[in-house]
Amino acid sequence: MILAQVQIHNRAGQESCVADNGLCPDWIWDNFDRYVNPFWDHVYLTVVAVAIGFAISFALALVAYRRRWLIGPIVNVTAILYTIPSLALFFLLLPVTGRGNTTALIALVAYTLLIIFRNVLAGLDNVPEEAKDAGRGMGLTGGQLLWRIELPLAVPEIIAGLRVAATTTVGLATLAFFAGAGGLGEQIFSDINFKSNVVTAGGLCVLLAAALDLGLLLVQRAVTPWRRA
Amino acid sequence: MEAATLEFQEATKVYAGSTEPAVDHLSLEVPAGEICVLVGPSGSGKTTAMRMVNRMIPMTSGDIVLDGHSVTERKPAELRREIGYAIQQVGLFPHMTVAGNVATVPRLLGWDKKKIAARVDELLELVSLEPDTRDRYPSQLSGGQRQRVGVARALAVDPPLMLMDEPFGAIDPINRDRLQNEFLRLQEEIRKTVVFVTHDIDEAIKVGDRIAILQKGGRLAQYATPEELLAHPANEFVQDFVGADRALKRLTLQHVRDVDLWRAPLVRDGEEPPTGDFDVPYPLVVDDVGRPVRWLSGSKAEPLIELDDVLRNALSQMLQEETQYAPVVDEQGKIAGVLSVEIMGQALQ
Repeated sequence: MILAQVQIHNRAGQESCVADNGLCPDWIWDNFDRYVNPFWDHVYLTVVAVAIGFAISFALALVAYRRRWLIGPIVNVTAILYTIPSLALFFLLLPVTGRGNTTALIALVAYTLLIIFRNVLAGLDNVPEEAKDAGRGMGLTGGQLLWRIELPLAVPEIIAGLRVAATTTVGLATLAFFAGAGGLGEQIFSDINFKSNVVTAGGLCVLLAAALDLGLLLVQRAVTPWRRA
Repeated sequence: MEAATLEFQEATKVYAGSTEPAVDHLSLEVPAGEICVLVGPSGSGKTTAMRMVNRMIPMTSGDIVLDGHSVTERKPAELRREIGYAIQQVGLFPHMTVAGNVATVPRLLGWDKKKIAARVDELLELVSLEPDTRDRYPSQLSGGQRQRVGVARALAVDPPLMLMDEPFGAIDPINRDRLQNEFLRLQEEIRKTVVFVTHDIDEAIKVGDRIAILQKGGRLAQYATPEELLAHPANEFVQDFVGADRALKRLTLQHVRDVDLWRAPLVRDGEEPPTGDFDVPYPLVVDDVGRPVRWLSGSKAEPLIELDDVLRNALSQMLQEETQYAPVVDEQGKIAGVLSVEIMGQALQ
């Protein structure tokens, strides 16, 4: 089975920087288009994986918040998923789901569950008891208490979880090409010995992770004005 | 909304896993517009009793009747929206502004925005908060301000009944005294039926129209007015709980204007003292408008007691000055009579 096609580039006869395997701004500038599609693949994998992971973990956390006995089993299962080496998980899934985004996404989602689940739950658990008591005492129903009081107050922890999940997923998604899902990893491994290539693709990963992290931080600041008061 | 009458009928709570009741067949009636204080040591079930009223804690047996209807007839959430609720830790929602907090129940009831905004302004004024606090978050407020917001929030929809669980418990003594006075002034205005929980007998005596003293196991030891409770404690437990200084505490319940003051012969400088039958044998020198200057014997006319002083403070000042008689003045500073140690004794009979 071919997992990835590793091309061996023939760099003989090119300009000296490239021939010397240096860090060549000119080459990067000239060849930047080849990173654009893998970059967007990478963005897609990360964002979709975190979004699906969030939807699943959030739902699990809401259920477990009211039924505490579920916390143990959910943490155990997601912790096992979290500890499976990512490459092994891709290989395990390939026979079942085949090559492509689906396989990659299943694996990436699996890694986000533990982090997000735990943060949503911690956020809800940290809501001050007296605020909950006052809310109930004033006649908020369980659902109103959850959506108007508990979840808004849990937002900082929830977003903290999303930030960790997003940065981790950017890193893990570099292996997604083993499942045939492309991304910046494919670009890195396509010419792993060429410094300019590795630095460019790797740098884009770092930039993506930083951008997502910053974006989420800004979202948090926008929706939690009381924290700065 | 009119104040409601509240009646506990053999209300009992036995917590799961416990054989001893936390509240044991509690029966008492709170007339509309009065403050009923539930007071007792920890473990006496006072908070449990209060929380059964709005069904935060379900009753095991018995009933609680609000304006003729059992509280169990209503859905808990609906019932609670009609009962003001203020707790010691206040429990303001940290993510909402003062206005947002105060508007909690009006929003639940679907009031329109204009009506809510007007009501918020009205309530902030009622609890003496500056209008500019309305857009602040709870973390930007002092403890006393938070407490006021909590009270405003509990009053938002003008509920006929208020439940208050140690509302001033977390406040320093000086501010607590001020908040208690404010609360009593507010109550003069709004005349709600209030169930007020505290462990502090002095607070109970100060704010309560009626006091229910609970003892361990949630049994009612005595339910009476503060005067009655201090004058005639029902048993040894109540006697101990109100303290050995209960005679002095009774003096805090009476103001100088409530007692019959004695008369002293009044004399202007250079004049002859009047003759006749006076309670006080010593003439008092007054100026042209009737303000006390000194005793004719030459000793200072101190302490000067005001009609609004409570007897306990008046007594304390008299002891301080080592005097048997003290002139009492009205708001204009004019002589209104003389207070004597004997009057205090009679006030306690």
